[in-house]
Amino acid sequence: MSVKLKALLKSPWVFHLSTGSCNNCDIEILDCLTPRFDIERFGMLLASSIRHADVLLVTGSGNRKSMEIVKRLYEQMPKPGLVVAIGECAMSRGMFIHSYNCPVPIDKIIPVDVYIPGCPPKPEAIIAGVVKLIEKLNKRK
Amino acid sequence: MAKTIIPIGPYHPLQEEPEFFTLTVEGERVVAIDVNVGYNHRGIEKLSESKTFDQSTFLVERICGICSTSHPFAFTRAVEDIIPVEVPERAKFIRTIIAEGERIHSHLLWLGLAGHFLGYNTVFMWAWKLREEILDVMEILSGNRNNYAMFKPGGVRRDIKSVDIPPVIKKIDSIIPTLEMLKKAVIDDPVLHARTKGIGVLSKEDAINFGALGPTSRASGVARDVRKDSPYGAYDKVQWDMIVTQNGDVFDKAVIRILETFESIKIIKYCLLNLPDTEIDLNLKDIPPGEGIGHIEAPRGETFHYVRSDGTNRPVRHKVRAPTFMNLPTYKATIIGETISDATIILAAIDPCYCCTERVAVRNLKGNQIYDGQDLVKLSQQKTEKIREKNGCLKWI
Repeated sequence: MSVKLKALLKSPWVFHLSTGSCNNCDIEILDCLTPRFDIERFGMLLASSIRHADVLLVTGSGNRKSMEIVKRLYEQMPKPGLVVAIGECAMSRGMFIHSYNCPVPIDKIIPVDVYIPGCPPKPEAIIAGVVKLIEKLNKRK
Repeated sequence: MAKTIIPIGPYHPLQEEPEFFTLTVEGERVVAIDVNVGYNHRGIEKLSESKTFDQSTFLVERICGICSTSHPFAFTRAVEDIIPVEVPERAKFIRTIIAEGERIHSHLLWLGLAGHFLGYNTVFMWAWKLREEILDVMEILSGNRNNYAMFKPGGVRRDIKSVDIPPVIKKIDSIIPTLEMLKKAVIDDPVLHARTKGIGVLSKEDAINFGALGPTSRASGVARDVRKDSPYGAYDKVQWDMIVTQNGDVFDKAVIRILETFESIKIIKYCLLNLPDTEIDLNLKDIPPGEGIGHIEAPRGETFHYVRSDGTNRPVRHKVRAPTFMNLPTYKATIIGETISDATIILAAIDPCYCCTERVAVRNLKGNQIYDGQDLVKLSQQKTEKIREKNGCLKWI
């Protein structure tokens, strides 16, 4: 494992990106920051800019207008960076698979490392997903 | 003085959802505002036409994660209006309980975010901690934290068991002291007064002219609430007060939301203790041809659904109007003339929900022409003609 990636896993900073979701997954991500779940105790911090973030939390099914911006934001993210797709919409577009405005799933636009299913996934599931990602990368060395 | 344009968004750390504001400022004062939405558009009205009435209930639940009861409530009421039919009493009470639970969690969510926007993160943490308790109540009653899936045309999908009622009431009672503390902390705080009193004032005339809804209008002294004006569910059987304040500033909007949570707790407790013992579902089979409307009071204001049926099991037309669509233009009245530092809290004060509001416009690549429905049909026909011509078929048009 590269030194950069190893350093990243100690305290991953996350950036939250909604590509056209119903808000539910976004609120569950915010819930992770509040006292009951409090992911800050694992060293995870919500970064306010993509340029400071190590992990990109993507929610939503993506649409024609937001996809271009998603691509641009991913390019701005410092590498190595990890992408976590949260919720059914980000995995496979869920209910909106037949919509005229959601042409492709997120993982066709940007590479995704972890998928967290659920509509919306519970905060526990989001935390478990991110922890699994870190474990997997730690084993790789 | 030279005008400066400040873009906010579409992905901004303060925003939960993607939306794009263009603030034109002179020095520190905002002189014009423009809002650009559409980053969330998923074409739900069109998708709904390809789903059955039962499936559409789940689809409209996902219009907005926070209003995941309001939209199915309005939709099922619209479908029941086509027949027309009254749902059983017990179903009405269960619907009311779920809708009020959603109102509490939505208002607490807003209160937390408002504190966050003001840089008062203590309020954010307290409000969201309290909100978890309400989500627990909803999980006990419906099995889910956010998308409750309790509604179906003709009734509710899940009954509330009598053994669940005492623990739920105990849980609801246990949050009241913390809520009282939070109320005092917000309403009596001199720092919050300095930041929110007299900021972003929406006058009564403006509230009426812009057609503002829900807490946004009630904070300006317009006593308008669907729950009182045309009662649905169990609201006409419960004693509760409509909260109306007169100033129309950000502070009053916060006060309205805090006091409404107490009313909601009152309604939930009454409904749980007085659940009538009837059926919960009418088992509707066929929806006759016709059209129906359903409107209910969502946490942000009146949600309105229109459904037209042609006798099949799918809606032919489904129209959704969410409260933020009406509340959004009030920015023109509230934000002009305020300082840029107050802009964030004024933008947040109407409790905007952009994923409810999304509309779509189709334009050509140059951006100089916007197509309407007829133009799109014409374009589609022209394309068909081209394919037919290419393959040596006769002309249709």
